[in-house]
Amino acid sequence: MNAALELGLLYGIMALGVYLTFRVLNFPDLTVDGSFTTGAAVAASLIVQGVPAPVATLAGAASGAVAGIVTGVLYTKGRIDGLLAGILTMIALWSINLRIMGKSNLPLLREDTVMTPLRDNGLLGGPWSILIFAIFALVLKFAIDWFLSTDLGLSIQATGNNEQMIRSFGVNTHFTTILTLAISNALVALCGALVAQYQGFADVSMGIGLILVGLASVIIGQAIIAGRSVWVATLAVLVGAIVYRLVIFLALAAGLNPNDMKLISAVLVVAALLLPRWGFLKRVPSFRQLNRRAVRA
Amino acid sequence: MLTIDHVTKTFFPGTVNERVALNDVSLHLDEGDFVTVIGSNGAGKSTLLNIIAGKIAVDSGELLIDERSVKRMKDYQRAAYIGRVFQDPMAGTAPDLTIEQNLALALRRGQRRGFHLGVTPARRERFKKELLALELGLEQRLKARVGLLSGGQRQALSLLMASFTQPRILLLDEHTAALDPQRADLVTRLTKSVVERDKLTTLMVTHNMEQALRVGNRLIMMHEGRIILDLPEEEKQKMTVAGLLAEFAKIKGAALDDRAMLG
Repeated sequence: MNAALELGLLYGIMALGVYLTFRVLNFPDLTVDGSFTTGAAVAASLIVQGVPAPVATLAGAASGAVAGIVTGVLYTKGRIDGLLAGILTMIALWSINLRIMGKSNLPLLREDTVMTPLRDNGLLGGPWSILIFAIFALVLKFAIDWFLSTDLGLSIQATGNNEQMIRSFGVNTHFTTILTLAISNALVALCGALVAQYQGFADVSMGIGLILVGLASVIIGQAIIAGRSVWVATLAVLVGAIVYRLVIFLALAAGLNPNDMKLISAVLVVAALLLPRWGFLKRVPSFRQLNRRAVRA
Repeated sequence: MLTIDHVTKTFFPGTVNERVALNDVSLHLDEGDFVTVIGSNGAGKSTLLNIIAGKIAVDSGELLIDERSVKRMKDYQRAAYIGRVFQDPMAGTAPDLTIEQNLALALRRGQRRGFHLGVTPARRERFKKELLALELGLEQRLKARVGLLSGGQRQALSLLMASFTQPRILLLDEHTAALDPQRADLVTRLTKSVVERDKLTTLMVTHNMEQALRVGNRLIMMHEGRIILDLPEEEKQKMTVAGLLAEFAKIKGAALDDRAMLG
């Protein structure tokens, strides 16, 4: 249970990144499956080489930003469809991630990571580590809230909302699109770097299906907490990430196999998209709003 | 101010769909000119605006704003000089953002956008003052999402956003055509007052001849990619809708005669 909360808060960082592309920019970015692992791979290999863990973690985030820039350039300058651009980067990253790690699994068991102080003091799995993770996630949430309300952040929101309009006010939408993809994938890679240190290893397949986890968090969160303003939406995303982990935790407790988790994630997303269109649920306001979004998407 | 010099634009050249949208068009606007543009469908009016705004590249010819060539500038770069209101009331605003956020976006036209907060108390006061001039009560609804506004309200807001930073040129692309007559009248009146207040150099495309005669200090008529009539202020004041129609029939007839003779 406590581990589910910890994981929920950690993966909430990734969900915030997915929110930036899917909801704010209106861009279905599949790069995250690759960039999550890239963040983990870069951080883990640097830690193994003796680089201080905080520096390695930041380097992991930066590598995600680069992956986002690649997808952004393919989409804007290369005029490749957004879905395909993300898939291309994601597939290419599989090979790159293996190169970075040198093998498919990199253990961090005896290394000094950002989780080491928590683990050594026996805080992991307890209320203090949950509190620390929560504060970290909230700091990122508030940073995103603030950023999206600046002149630059507003022009990013407008890029996702009405591109023709914001160009007519002098915004280079190629730049805002690439920047958002960079920030989003930096958050995803940061999450990957932290998860690798939390679980004690980086694995080349740790990012597979991650986009569904992010989507499920965003959709579940917005079904629970309706509201269009940015600070409500980012809060909803974090709540969604935690609820998602709790659902997985309950599914495992009920006897399902960890290998079933991808299927459960997919079913969760489909259910969250379809349920609002069926009968009685239409009367629940938050579901009604969700339905409108699903139809528009 | 704005100079269009021998501009030609052909769509789908070398195919069966080839269409000359602008045929050697030259036009010069002086500072403070308010020119209305009329003409039938396919006359090249919208192409003319799109070429000025940078949405469409020219085939040949030159385009100057303040004596500076803007031919190779991208649309978002030209936006520093050009404000634009589109025909579709949904096109000029961001529906999921609030009224004050939309105005904050418009306020930074052509300027660097950094980490300054988009809506500050000082800016909010300015927005209130600007919205007051619309007389639609929008100054009371700064935090309302623009998607909640009616078409007329959105178009009035679009007009304000396009003009209140006083761009060098204001382009209006049939911006009242999608509104009901009452709202169209309101937006036309607002257009007049906004343009006159800041003496904005304006090019307004319209389908409505009566509107074209009512506003502005100069009128041009386009047909098949050419400017076929250019009325200065004094002549425009004397002109009537019937007069315009007669003029149009006469010029069109002459054009047909020319072609018949060449054939």
